[in-house]
Amino acid sequence: MAGPENRARMAAPIWAEETMGTAFDEMTGPDGSSRPGYGFLRKWLESTPPEMLALRRAEAELLFRRIGITFAVYGETDAEERIIPFDIIPRVIGKGEWERLSAGLEQRVRALNMFLADIYGPAEILKAGIVPPELVYRNPYYRPEMAGLKLAHDIYVHIAGIDIVRVDDRDFYVLEDNARTPSGVSYMLENREVMMRLFPDLFAENRIDPVENYPEELLATLKTVAPHSAPADPTVALLTPGPFNSAYYEHSFLADKLGVELVEGRDLLVHDNVLLMRTTEGPKRVDVLYRRLDDDFLDPLTFRPDSTLGIPGIMNAYRAGNVTLANAVGTGVADDKAVYSYMPEIVRFYLGEEARLKNVPTWRCREDEARRYVLGHLHEVVVKEVAGSGGYGMMIGPSADKATRELFAAKIEANPENFIAQPTLALSTSPTFVDAGIAPRHVDLRPFVLSGADKVRIVPGGLTRVALKDGSLVVNSSQGGGTKDTWVLSE
Amino acid sequence: MLSRTADSLFWLSRYVERADNTARIIDAASRLVAMPIAYAGTSNEWESALAAAGALWSFQERHPTADRDAVIDFLAFSPDNPSSIRSCIETARHNARSVRGALTTEMWEAMNAAWLELKRYDGRAMDRTALNDFLSRVKEACLRFDGSAYRTMLRNDVYFFSRIGVYLERADNTARILDVKYHVLLPETVSVGGGLDYFQWASILRSVSALTAYRWVYRQSLKPWLIADLLVLNEQMPRSLASCYENLSAFLDELSIAYGRQGAAQRTARSIRTRLQNASISDIFQKKGLHEFLSEFIADNGRLGAAIAEQYLT
Repeated sequence: MAGPENRARMAAPIWAEETMGTAFDEMTGPDGSSRPGYGFLRKWLESTPPEMLALRRAEAELLFRRIGITFAVYGETDAEERIIPFDIIPRVIGKGEWERLSAGLEQRVRALNMFLADIYGPAEILKAGIVPPELVYRNPYYRPEMAGLKLAHDIYVHIAGIDIVRVDDRDFYVLEDNARTPSGVSYMLENREVMMRLFPDLFAENRIDPVENYPEELLATLKTVAPHSAPADPTVALLTPGPFNSAYYEHSFLADKLGVELVEGRDLLVHDNVLLMRTTEGPKRVDVLYRRLDDDFLDPLTFRPDSTLGIPGIMNAYRAGNVTLANAVGTGVADDKAVYSYMPEIVRFYLGEEARLKNVPTWRCREDEARRYVLGHLHEVVVKEVAGSGGYGMMIGPSADKATRELFAAKIEANPENFIAQPTLALSTSPTFVDAGIAPRHVDLRPFVLSGADKVRIVPGGLTRVALKDGSLVVNSSQGGGTKDTWVLSE
Repeated sequence: MLSRTADSLFWLSRYVERADNTARIIDAASRLVAMPIAYAGTSNEWESALAAAGALWSFQERHPTADRDAVIDFLAFSPDNPSSIRSCIETARHNARSVRGALTTEMWEAMNAAWLELKRYDGRAMDRTALNDFLSRVKEACLRFDGSAYRTMLRNDVYFFSRIGVYLERADNTARILDVKYHVLLPETVSVGGGLDYFQWASILRSVSALTAYRWVYRQSLKPWLIADLLVLNEQMPRSLASCYENLSAFLDELSIAYGRQGAAQRTARSIRTRLQNASISDIFQKKGLHEFLSEFIADNGRLGAAIAEQYLT
């Protein structure tokens, strides 16, 4: 590696063999020129020797270990010191692109909230025949306990993580709406911290929008949605399933940044339909609970009776209007993949506008014609379970073997309403520092959208996930994906 | 502050203190056992080490005889013993992790480093050198944790609860060591001062790191009532019952000031402290007997723990 004949070659960055020439690359246009906003990055990559990049990558890993983000995965006998791989080459989004994207995100989340208020209320959209009622009422995430309940400020999804992909330089596609308990925001914040420590010059020379105010925006959002009966400065707490949860690091990180108590179910009790936390100064009222615990486990008296993580009676306090849960109970019905396919209609129905963000075309296997098409094109499409998430329960047709395709065909035949299919997208690529050098790798983006009583807040940025394996389309960290810092340019 | 957070902090400190204490007990016992019988006496040192660590019963449930390897394994490494050094460090680290936001970076790093380092030791087949090495690392780890708490924490309720844990545990440990050793050396039928065995007494002082302190304070040969005086009543001696209660009262008072009210915990601590301040060692020996005095103290200390739990931790 260190021989003199190598050194000359090592002085310039290695542009690894292009294997994904067909996908849209966010840095390099089809003619080889830099796309807008990427000029500085290209110059930087070309002037930085790969040894330096490798050194910085090692430093980044050290920083992540020191910060303790390694403790995300925790075995009982041994702490598995796994860290999600971090790529030091940032992903860049231009000012204009971001403005279009954030307007689309705001529109989408407004529609999601109106949809939820409607289906748990007057159900106009079902009466109008826009969305089939059985998609809502037979949905496993539909909570009859929420029907007819008037929520403070009519907001259901206070924190949304909308997964966005690109296939060309024009459109943003929504891949998934995460409306339950989306995670990953701690990586957005930590990635930026690490990048600012490693590359202060890049930040000084380029105007990059900050993301560090996310906790402040989140706290402001949560305070605006407190129950009407709450004091002017409501008490917020963050509910975690506990240290054994894989996202525990994020929960404690956020509670710390928000300056609120990190509570577990056993710290809370309900008395006279009021939610209280046990403190050293006696019981203290909680007005807003940012809960990172699934509906199923929230209240053993209402949902799973075997849940030891929840709080008996919290649904009574909720229904009495004495506490706000963020997100609301029953939001899962809106991020279901079958409901997803109706989002363009849902946006049009409530807002009278065309959706600014595109939906990936979706075949609903419950419809005969669509199902026939999917079964005939399994080698081309991506099949997903309607309620699946995290990259589980899906099949990527082009890379699946025959046995897997047959398995999914049988599953679809047996239970068609449980599946949808989408064309396999050539996700955009972003330059990534891999073992072979710098190479394009597929990316997606999860921006976080905060809906308060006063307004919608979106911090410019998000979590960029990258499929580190050559040709892979799966970006989920549970399946070998990594992350990047996401830079939204100010000018 | 959440009661659970306070509870975790309190027990985090207690477990670190307990690990340190158990390391000293093992250390003192190994030294004594290595001596010829003429000096060390014929009592089973390992059995009294178990008793001093409050682990005799649970040990006897599992092992027929208290031999060296079995006792060291039980006190230092056994997962069956929730107070073994390894269990203490595991539990302490688990607690630290669950209240990481309340700890300073230095404390968390000290705790995590201790856990990472100590779990490398294999309890089986540990020779004397390795054992010494292990024990001194335990002591160093505890010092580092305690020192980082002292140097880096804000002086608020978080700090007060962690200190209260230290002193409550320490008072219990000192009382037990003294009680067990006193019993071994001086059964009720033998008068005080008779049958003094220098090495046994030195071993007691060693297990609370007070051998040098004794010489500085009394400037004379080891006498059982002076040793008792040092460990029970001397407020200068940081492991004495009196010093522990001076601190317990002070930190509980700090809490009551911070929270604007006091309760059973403050009153209990104050009354125990007053009793210690008004006692003299000759009264303790002559009127009540040291064993009775210590048994009563251990029970009172337990009651204070319950009062603290009731008032703040649940």
